[in-house]
Amino acid sequence: MIDPFAPFVEFGFMRRALAGCLALSVSAPPVGVFLMLRRMSLMSDAMSHAILPGAAAGFLVAGLSLPAMTLGGLVAGLAVALLAGAVTRTTVLREDASLAAFYLISLAGGVLLVSLRGSQVDLMHFLFGSVLALDDPALILLGGICTLTLAVLALIYRPLVMECVDPLFLRSVSRAGGPVHFAFLGLVVVNLVGGFQALGTLLAVGLMLLPAVAARFWARELGGTMGAAVAIAALASFSGLSLSYRFDLPSGPAIVLAAGALYVASMLVGPQGGLLRRLGRRRHLEA
Amino acid sequence: MSAAAPAPIRLHGLTLGYDRHPAVHHLDGTIRPGDLLALAGPNGAGKSTLLKGLTGEIPVLDGRIERPDEIAYLPQIDAIDRSFPLSVMDLAAMGLWRRLGPWRALRRTGPAVLDALATVGLSGFEARPIGTLSGGQFRRALFARLILQDCRTILLDEPFTGIDARTTDDLLALVRRWHGEGRTVVAALHDFGQIRAHFPATLLLAREPVAWGPTARVLTPENLARARSLSEAWDEDAPVCDGARHAGPPEPHAHSHAHGHSHAHPPLSDREDAA
Repeated sequence: MIDPFAPFVEFGFMRRALAGCLALSVSAPPVGVFLMLRRMSLMSDAMSHAILPGAAAGFLVAGLSLPAMTLGGLVAGLAVALLAGAVTRTTVLREDASLAAFYLISLAGGVLLVSLRGSQVDLMHFLFGSVLALDDPALILLGGICTLTLAVLALIYRPLVMECVDPLFLRSVSRAGGPVHFAFLGLVVVNLVGGFQALGTLLAVGLMLLPAVAARFWARELGGTMGAAVAIAALASFSGLSLSYRFDLPSGPAIVLAAGALYVASMLVGPQGGLLRRLGRRRHLEA
Repeated sequence: MSAAAPAPIRLHGLTLGYDRHPAVHHLDGTIRPGDLLALAGPNGAGKSTLLKGLTGEIPVLDGRIERPDEIAYLPQIDAIDRSFPLSVMDLAAMGLWRRLGPWRALRRTGPAVLDALATVGLSGFEARPIGTLSGGQFRRALFARLILQDCRTILLDEPFTGIDARTTDDLLALVRRWHGEGRTVVAALHDFGQIRAHFPATLLLAREPVAWGPTARVLTPENLARARSLSEAWDEDAPVCDGARHAGPPEPHAHSHAHGHSHAHPPLSDREDAA
């Protein structure tokens, strides 16, 4: 029997990778749950593309430097989120359309920037991240993002839920709707930038959304859904890293594939509307 | 009950609409504290638009509104996402926002929420997800939220459309209770029988105000025919309104034409049903 803990006991870089992924597993999935419930699941994918040009600009200026690329990604992501949010709130365009417009512009700019100076190797780093090479600043960044996310979610939880359920009502009793909406978009960006560091832009979305979607099959209440999402993300991080070490796989995709496998399993056997529950018709109740 | 001093809603030459086309045209009048006013009129007459204007949901095209700060509003088509995993208790408790804000604990207000749910006949439904309620039960839950909002002014947009008789009776009783407590209630309604039975005052709208006053004198065959004949059309080439047509005594006195007395009222006293 192979001990799944062995690589983490043996190697410091595996422990660092696990710590970073666990921090991300605590912060990103709750954000993903809200995205899913607002029917904005694909928005995170668009946002991850929007972050690319900022990170590329940071790379052009300072090379493979964490602060520069993170700052660039944050600026680009927040700019796209703010512009899209502002256009949605002031014109007839819906959020998905305005976001699509801005992220496409941003993505094209990013590809252009990377190709100006990058090589294939750099591009691979952008796409798949470097979770096995997390240094101290990167770990501190992930921990900071995790702390910030949980604190902000706690602060805006009630108005955010109200904004999701009944935005008209929230508007009629409070002006909090706009700020809360933008704070939430900010959390999406911050978590994607964090995930981009560990998993790369393409897969950062994976750890945010797959656990959230899978959790929907396990819990009925909002709190339970978020708890289940965090647990699924942590499990995916651990098993993905362990398997990637065992079979010499790239770790970013391994983590997301582990999350994907947990999603498929949840979809099949989850007690809240899972496929097997639906197939077997249970006897109805009397009232 | 709310300690806010009762304030009237005053409308001064109010024009509301979309894309410069008026849906409510030059409306003057006062809704006094404690009024129980029905808004009647055909589809497209501007009832919902007027209510949205009163809540501040849509901008005023012309004229102005004086209104109290706190208004509770039940929209005709709510934007509520019923698939969201939220309990009936939490939905109703949203009405406590003004008192609790984003952070204060719900725990101490639990009994008030249960009371409100009991008032609308939803005892035992506290933990149910909102997605599992029927249309009538959901409307009851929204009325529980209105109770908890505890506003002196309550606007209802077609609150009983698509609701069965028993639920309607229960909710009408609640509306009468609000009236008895001195709250101002304005409701857009289509059922003239209901209006005659429960609403002492009526504003008949057909984009222009047709009549405003005691229900019996507003809902006359002449006024209703006039309301029907006023065009619902949205004329793309309509000229810019210069207001001259509407100078002088405001339109809401149209009911007085039907009864043969003159425009003796000053502009802000077009309600004569003080009793």
